[in-house]
Amino acid sequence: MEGEINILEHELVPKHEIVPPSEAVELLKKLGIEPWQLPWISADDPVAKAIGAKPGDIIRIIRKSPTAGEFVAYRYVVVEVTKKS
Amino acid sequence: MEKYITEHEINELLNNVKHLITPQLYQELSTKLKDVARKRSLTREKAIEIINEVVKNYHKALVDPGEAVGTITAQSLGEPSTQMTLRVFHYAGVREFNVTLGLPRLIEIVDARRKPETPIMEIYLTDDVKHDLEKVKAVARQIESTLVENITQEFSIDYAEGIVLLKLDPDMLRDKGVSVEQVIEVLRGLEVGEVEVSSDNPYEIRIALSEEYLDPTKIEKLRTRVLQAHVKGIPNIKKTIIQKRGDEYIIIAEGSNLEAVMKIPGVDWRRVYTNNIYEIERVLGIEAARAAIIKEIKNTLDDQGLDVDIRHIMLLADMMTWTGHVRQVGRMGIAGEKPSVLARATFETTVQKLVESAVAGEEDKLPSITENIIIGQIIPVGTGLVQVYMNPQLVKKELSETSASR
Repeated sequence: MEGEINILEHELVPKHEIVPPSEAVELLKKLGIEPWQLPWISADDPVAKAIGAKPGDIIRIIRKSPTAGEFVAYRYVVVEVTKKS
Repeated sequence: MEKYITEHEINELLNNVKHLITPQLYQELSTKLKDVARKRSLTREKAIEIINEVVKNYHKALVDPGEAVGTITAQSLGEPSTQMTLRVFHYAGVREFNVTLGLPRLIEIVDARRKPETPIMEIYLTDDVKHDLEKVKAVARQIESTLVENITQEFSIDYAEGIVLLKLDPDMLRDKGVSVEQVIEVLRGLEVGEVEVSSDNPYEIRIALSEEYLDPTKIEKLRTRVLQAHVKGIPNIKKTIIQKRGDEYIIIAEGSNLEAVMKIPGVDWRRVYTNNIYEIERVLGIEAARAAIIKEIKNTLDDQGLDVDIRHIMLLADMMTWTGHVRQVGRMGIAGEKPSVLARATFETTVQKLVESAVAGEEDKLPSITENIIIGQIIPVGTGLVQVYMNPQLVKKELSETSASR
């Protein structure tokens, strides 16, 4: 039970995984959009850091949804331009 | 004799439509069909009919392309909020605490304030601790921050002799689990002067002030410095109470410090929760913040007995976390970052927005609804979303072909 704190296991954090580039291209083609049109996630985001995502990656997020059971969302990893304190 | 469908056949049929429905619906359909099939009363034809009907109805329930979901969300959340109590600061499920509820809380969430008015943490505990009240109390004691102020009975400054006199409260010391030595340690750390225990009372501490603190004009400063000194626990956590929830004890804390609380042994860090959304974003990431926004808004509305579909709240949370950070719904956030100049000018500080855009030489491509209403064009919603494009070359070709075939 005890051990290292791993924020990926926290109740509020859904499953995040990096989409491999080949799959990402296919995904964008299917959705018919450019990557920046996806919701973003900061490269400094604690979860993005924990899974080792780099700017330009696309992260697949598998959320638990009360209406759909499970819902797959994507976020585009972006560099922080305006650093918040 | 009629032939009944087997479970294997159901799986096969369902596999064909798996990509058309949600996993949850798939699961439900699968278990229910198998339930009926086990009673040997379902034919293959019937099963196909049922599955088709479910798929059809699911697709009927989906949002149509071009549906103005944002407007519907705004109305669905806006109307109930007019029914909310305007000012409720007292009384909450937790009697000992003052929790912001109702409209003030809702505004707080959508404004994405850095700090809620009444930060509260829910601290769950690990399996070996959560049933044992004594152990729970020990954890709570570690979490609750203790200041010198909390354990002091008497405080006086004698300027004639340059001495600060502290009389500690033995009962409070025992209650908070702090020893006199610990307090002395902390006071020495402040570096305001020589600290020693009085010879005739073990709970009396004298601080012989050093030169620089003898200035009478700094009396208030010295006072707060000594009394607000942090002895034990986690900074920002003002008070804790222990509550029984289900069969386990949990700690409710006034004040919030997610990072530090997660590190305390005995705390189930997987389930620690705070109502400070900004803190959740910082420690657990944007997706957790999104989940927290949904949870907080839902709880606030439920508290007031308002029934708003969770999908509206999910859309709002999605919009708020779109950029990877929690944005407020307002001038500085979502409404202030719209691509259209006219749309931005419609919402608060009109002149300022127009001047700013003029200075920046911005262009308005009229991409969305508000600006198109202003200039009286068809808005890109519903059937207005689609446009007909004509290829004159193709038309010419078509025409010549049809006339040639005649």
